[in-house]
Amino acid sequence: MLAVNFLLLAAVLFSIGVYGVIARRNAVMVLMSIELILNAVSLNLVAFSLMTGTADGQVFALYVIAIAAAEVGVGLAMVLMIYRNRRTIALDELSEMKG
Amino acid sequence: MNAVILAADGVNVAQNVAFGIIAAVMIFAALNVVTTKNVVHAALWLVVVLSGVAAQYILAAAEFVAISQVLVYIGAVMVLFLFGIMLTRAQIGKETDLNNKNWALGIPVALAMLGLLAWVILDAFGDDVLPDSGPLPTVALSDQYLGIYLVPFLAISFVLLAAAIGAIVLARKD
Amino acid sequence: MLAAEALELSSGWFLENAWLTGLIPVIGFAIILFFGKKLPMKGAEVGLASMAGSLVIAVGAGVQWMQRTNSADKQGEEAVGLIQAFGRTLPSAAEGETKAFIAPVTTTWVWWQNSGLEFGIGSAVDGLAILILALVAFIALLVMVFSVDYVRDDRRYTHFFAAITLFAGGMLIMVMAENMVQLILGWEIMGLTSFMLIGHWWEEEANSRAALKAFFTVRVGDVGLLVGTAIIFFGANQWAVDNLDSNGFNIAAIQAWALSGEANTQFLLWGAVALFIAAIGKSGQFPLHTWLPDAMAGPTPVSSLLHSSTMVVAGVFLVARIYPVFWEGFNIGTGGLSFIAIIGAITIVIAALLAFVQDDIKKVLAYSTVSQLGYMMLGLGTGAWLPAVFHIFTHAFFKCALFLCAGSVSHSGSHHSFDMKKDMGGLRKKMPVTFAAWCVSTLALTGVFPFAGFWSKDEIIDNVGANGYTFLMWVALGGAALTAMYMTRATYLTFFGEPRGAAAGLGHDDAHGEEHEMELISVGAPEPRSLGAAANAHADDGHGDGHDGPGGHAEHAGPHESGKLILVPIVILAFFAIFAGFANPTPLASRFGEGVELLKKYVEPRATAVVTEEFLGSGPGEMVVLVDGVAYAPAASGLGVPAAESGEEGAKKSGCGFDAPEAGTVCFFPGVSHAEPTFAKILLSLVVVAIGYALAIGFCVLFYGRRDPRLVGLTERNKALRGGFLFLKNKYYLDHLYENVIVRAVAHPIAKTAYWINQRVIDATVDNVGVGTRKAGVWVYDNIDQKLVDGAVNGSGWAASEAGHAMQPTQSGRISQYGALLFGAATVFAIVLVILNVS
Repeated sequence: MLAVNFLLLAAVLFSIGVYGVIARRNAVMVLMSIELILNAVSLNLVAFSLMTGTADGQVFALYVIAIAAAEVGVGLAMVLMIYRNRRTIALDELSEMKG
Repeated sequence: MNAVILAADGVNVAQNVAFGIIAAVMIFAALNVVTTKNVVHAALWLVVVLSGVAAQYILAAAEFVAISQVLVYIGAVMVLFLFGIMLTRAQIGKETDLNNKNWALGIPVALAMLGLLAWVILDAFGDDVLPDSGPLPTVALSDQYLGIYLVPFLAISFVLLAAAIGAIVLARKD
Repeated sequence: MLAAEALELSSGWFLENAWLTGLIPVIGFAIILFFGKKLPMKGAEVGLASMAGSLVIAVGAGVQWMQRTNSADKQGEEAVGLIQAFGRTLPSAAEGETKAFIAPVTTTWVWWQNSGLEFGIGSAVDGLAILILALVAFIALLVMVFSVDYVRDDRRYTHFFAAITLFAGGMLIMVMAENMVQLILGWEIMGLTSFMLIGHWWEEEANSRAALKAFFTVRVGDVGLLVGTAIIFFGANQWAVDNLDSNGFNIAAIQAWALSGEANTQFLLWGAVALFIAAIGKSGQFPLHTWLPDAMAGPTPVSSLLHSSTMVVAGVFLVARIYPVFWEGFNIGTGGLSFIAIIGAITIVIAALLAFVQDDIKKVLAYSTVSQLGYMMLGLGTGAWLPAVFHIFTHAFFKCALFLCAGSVSHSGSHHSFDMKKDMGGLRKKMPVTFAAWCVSTLALTGVFPFAGFWSKDEIIDNVGANGYTFLMWVALGGAALTAMYMTRATYLTFFGEPRGAAAGLGHDDAHGEEHEMELISVGAPEPRSLGAAANAHADDGHGDGHDGPGGHAEHAGPHESGKLILVPIVILAFFAIFAGFANPTPLASRFGEGVELLKKYVEPRATAVVTEEFLGSGPGEMVVLVDGVAYAPAASGLGVPAAESGEEGAKKSGCGFDAPEAGTVCFFPGVSHAEPTFAKILLSLVVVAIGYALAIGFCVLFYGRRDPRLVGLTERNKALRGGFLFLKNKYYLDHLYENVIVRAVAHPIAKTAYWINQRVIDATVDNVGVGTRKAGVWVYDNIDQKLVDGAVNGSGWAASEAGHAMQPTQSGRISQYGALLFGAATVFAIVLVILNVS
């Protein structure tokens, strides 16, 4: 199996995730797209680990998973707070930083 | 894309086929994640993607990572997502304009990024063949974790702690 | 080739210090000006002392000059004897005729030098200069003595003496000038003092007008002086530097240059014309004579000193001094009709005619002066140099005497009036001394044997005829007859007949009431505004001081003889009027020898070529005698006194003035010819004068005495005679021409143009500069300030704000956009990096 398979797959997932971050209106959707990105990165790391035969890549991938979990937890907590305050989580309407 | 799939010597056909099927499914699911109009459907499609990723991990001889993926991502993160969707009163069923105004801007950016990455990858690793080694024993992983990467391991535990506390603090009703 | 033998010319202290004659009066002037009022005689004593001092020096210089000439002649005869001893023969005509050239004694002090040109001030005295120096000093002294009493109690007694002293100083400076610059200095001082003195009673407008008229008219001539000096300078300078180590201002150098044969004829001609114009102005020749009669507005001493004997002969002196320029410029030697002679002749006649219609006695004398100056110019213009100079000499005496007599008459006889018809008459009994002096001077003026004027005037007439100008000779003779006639008229009106007006002892007010009537014949006469007519009105001579005086003239019951201070100068002058002619009695020379012709010996410069220093000792050949550094070459070399004298009419003239001098020699004076007086010619002139007298006496007796009805009112009845009378009365309308036509035609457009330039050009420029500046300011404000500067400032602010506005969409607050930007930028940078690293 060629190495580029995993890497290309990861690139595709990454691009789709980028599209999702840009295009999606719902904050939760955006977080999901970020998950896509992170997974693509993990896949990449594992593929590198496989290519080099060391375990470093897998270690990193586990780290990414852990961080992703923490991030989703905090992120969703923030989304909930925003929802409580603004009654909406449509990013279009959350433009207080406009200026 | 000349050598995405097999047909050379020493190529593990089964592995490639399995990879290809799973990859197709993953991509299809990812596309649905970012294009579906139903938030819950998007979450479910994400589950599919995550599962596919786990399958790919197994194909990549990284069983521990695969299991962790399933456990953490699909088991915890996706549940968290679903809870988040529920708590933010997402509309059950179809919902119009889940895309923001400038969604069209994302296409060229994504395509550019894809093109760039693809080119770089192909340029760098175009002809590399993955070694046909067996899966790494989990001991090797733990050797790394408790050896070289000990400090990051401990840091991760702090991060998780902080995240948990932070989530609680943020989300409580005061 | 010339050989030389040095001789000595005697000099003397007076000759070498002759410059003191000019300096002393100038110092006297300064003393009078500063201290005069405090002195016991109010400054008059300083004036008298300075004139006496100048006279002493001038006479001393004269004596030493005669010694110098005598010694030079003696040594010259010995030298001629030497030449003959050497076996060379001289041409017969030159035997006994060769005279040494007596170089002038020059004492100068360089007061300025500039690029090789040195300007000196000092004295260069020769016979002519000494004659005039002594004459001026003497006459000035006498006039000052006269003035002590005449202008007593004048309102500006001290300044009067100061001005007269300065005048004398100026004339003396001019006469002894070694170069043209000093001559011009003296000339201008004279002009200035003349103005001051004519306008001495400037409170009356007529007097100041007359002073201005005199000054301006002479000024017109002075332009000629400056132009002529410049022309001569540029013509002569190079030659003078090369040949005589001198410059183009030096008078001796100019004389030599003119006769050198190398002089550019154009320079000579135009220089002569310009200088003669100056002489016309100063000496009152036609057409610039109009100022002289009006100058009678000044006090009588001024008229007698300046405007009869001394200042007005400055022009004649100028011509006589730089005679070679005129000789060559106008070709006087070759017998052509010269400009000078023509002007002189015209002046004689028109002035004489004008003297007939004057009622003011001083004006008669003024016109007589103009006429006699015409004689002098005629003489100079026809080559009769010595007679003209001689006439200056004699004329000064009798004319000054006549003026002083007129002053005496007005002072004591006609109660300060000069009007013959109104206030004089029959004064011969009351003022016998004055009458006698007057008569003697009149006889001298008209040229009656043996008085002074006979010798000089007849010499002029004789030489004019002998030099070939027959017509001019008859004109001069006619002038002599006219002179006799108008002087007879004046004499008759003043001293004979019934006393009129003040002479009759009429009261103060009556006399003055008549005096102030303005006599204007108005048939197209100019407005009284003009200078001429206003001066015609009785120029109030001494009228003011008559009232200012403390004792007044209350004791004047009627005419009486004048005081001693007035009479003594008159008598002295009358004495000279009788005997001055014997200074050069040419008709007697055939009887008593040439020695009687004193002026010819001592005053007339010798027409011998002079060797300049460089060419001495060149070797054997012609014998040359060096005399005091300059030498003469005998006639053997073709130089010297011209071979032809009168009596040898057909002989070709040669020598100085006719031929160019030989190389190494210069000529200073042309060889003028001297007419041999014959008994026939003398008789002719005497007869003409006698006829004039007879006609005049007859007319006067008939017209003024018996009031013959055929004659009285003739001009009223006869249109032609009336026209002629008016023509004369209005002085040929020349004043009208000068003032109303010429001056106005020149001044009016000039004034208008100047005004136009002032308004349209100068003011307009100033205004336009102001307007332009204002408009420029507005434009600058509008365009540069508002649009450019403010625009730049505003624009930068606008640009910043617009840039900010343009950048604002990036800060939309929307995360997706931020994300898009982020990923997009990252992509772009990554692509750039890839491209950079790959390529």
